[in-house]
Amino acid sequence: MPQLETATFLPQLVWLLITFAILYVLMAKVALPRVAEVVDGRKKRLEHDLEEAARLKRETEKAIADYEQALAQARARAQGIAGETRTRLSADAAALRARVDAEIAEQTRTAEARILAAKQQALASLTSVAADAASDVVARLSGAAPATDAVNAAVAQAMAKQN
Amino acid sequence: MAESHSPLEQFKVKCLALCGESGQLQAFSFTNASLFMVLATVGATLLMVYGMRQRSLVPGRLQSLAELSYEFVAGMVRENVGPNGRQYFPFIFSLFMFILFSNMLGMIPYSFTVTSHIIVTFALAVVVFLGVTLIAIARNGIHFFTHFMPAGVPMWLAPVIVPIEIISYLSRPISLSLRLCANMLAGHTTLKVFAGFVVSMIGMGGALSVSGILPLIMVTALTALEFLIAFLQAYVFAILTCLYLAEAVNMEHH
Repeated sequence: MPQLETATFLPQLVWLLITFAILYVLMAKVALPRVAEVVDGRKKRLEHDLEEAARLKRETEKAIADYEQALAQARARAQGIAGETRTRLSADAAALRARVDAEIAEQTRTAEARILAAKQQALASLTSVAADAASDVVARLSGAAPATDAVNAAVAQAMAKQN
Repeated sequence: MAESHSPLEQFKVKCLALCGESGQLQAFSFTNASLFMVLATVGATLLMVYGMRQRSLVPGRLQSLAELSYEFVAGMVRENVGPNGRQYFPFIFSLFMFILFSNMLGMIPYSFTVTSHIIVTFALAVVVFLGVTLIAIARNGIHFFTHFMPAGVPMWLAPVIVPIEIISYLSRPISLSLRLCANMLAGHTTLKVFAGFVVSMIGMGGALSVSGILPLIMVTALTALEFLIAFLQAYVFAILTCLYLAEAVNMEHH
């Protein structure tokens, strides 16, 4: 059996020592640090990428929240502006109406005063016309002109009775 | 050439260079065993260094294989030895790769299987045994010897337990080396025997030649099995080393 030939033991041991020592040094100093670097680098990269993705997701969610908040604020402000405008416009309209009403009332009042004045004037002139007419009638019937004071008193008495 | 038909012929150590006079082997004689040790070293180095040359983020085939080997042994050390085993990882990795490549190179027809020689496997096992023992003594001092007298055993059992534990401890390098060597030896011998049947049955001529197909099927199946064993034995050697090491570095102090 070749395994039991003791003469082969020494060279096998010597070469085992040489080759295994070389292999150990190559693995420990060259190969394994290199693999570790790549494997760890990949792990770090993956972790970093996952973190980055989570961060971006958080940012996106924040942006959405900000947007919705801004939207809500804008909506509230728009409603505020609309309400304010409505209030202002109705206030304006009310003021305008009040002014117009006041003007109309003023004009009505002026017109009424004028009408009253005209009526009084007309009534006054009616008195003098009635007095003239009464004097004329008395003059024609009696042939003598009545006293002006008596005519005026009679007219005023008649008109007072009329009223 | 009757000798060359022996199934054990394949294990013969032949001198290739640096031979002494009349072909006698000397300490540094370069034999076929030496050649395959060198090939195993070169193979493992090529896989781990050439395979990782691109250091890609997305590994190619060879880099995947190199990383797979790394992760496989690193996981083995991590799970069995724990954080204390980190510094011994390069040794266990080299051990695993050396045995794996020796076993796999031995599967090539007409090649030589380094690990089929007891002297080689025994040398590796002795290195592991001595290394683990020294580490255990260095880390635990006198407590190391409690290994031979487990806590809780009654004192009157000591004369029985202590010799048993010592024998069991000392037999570790023997079982470790014999397991690997015997597996390689038996597997390759069986393959050779069945392959010999194929040749001799075909050589009988006539209808009997056809029956040569049966041992051929057997050889094919055995070859597949041998590849499994080649990997498995490298794994077993490495994991037992891890377990011995775990005992040494994680020994509980009572």
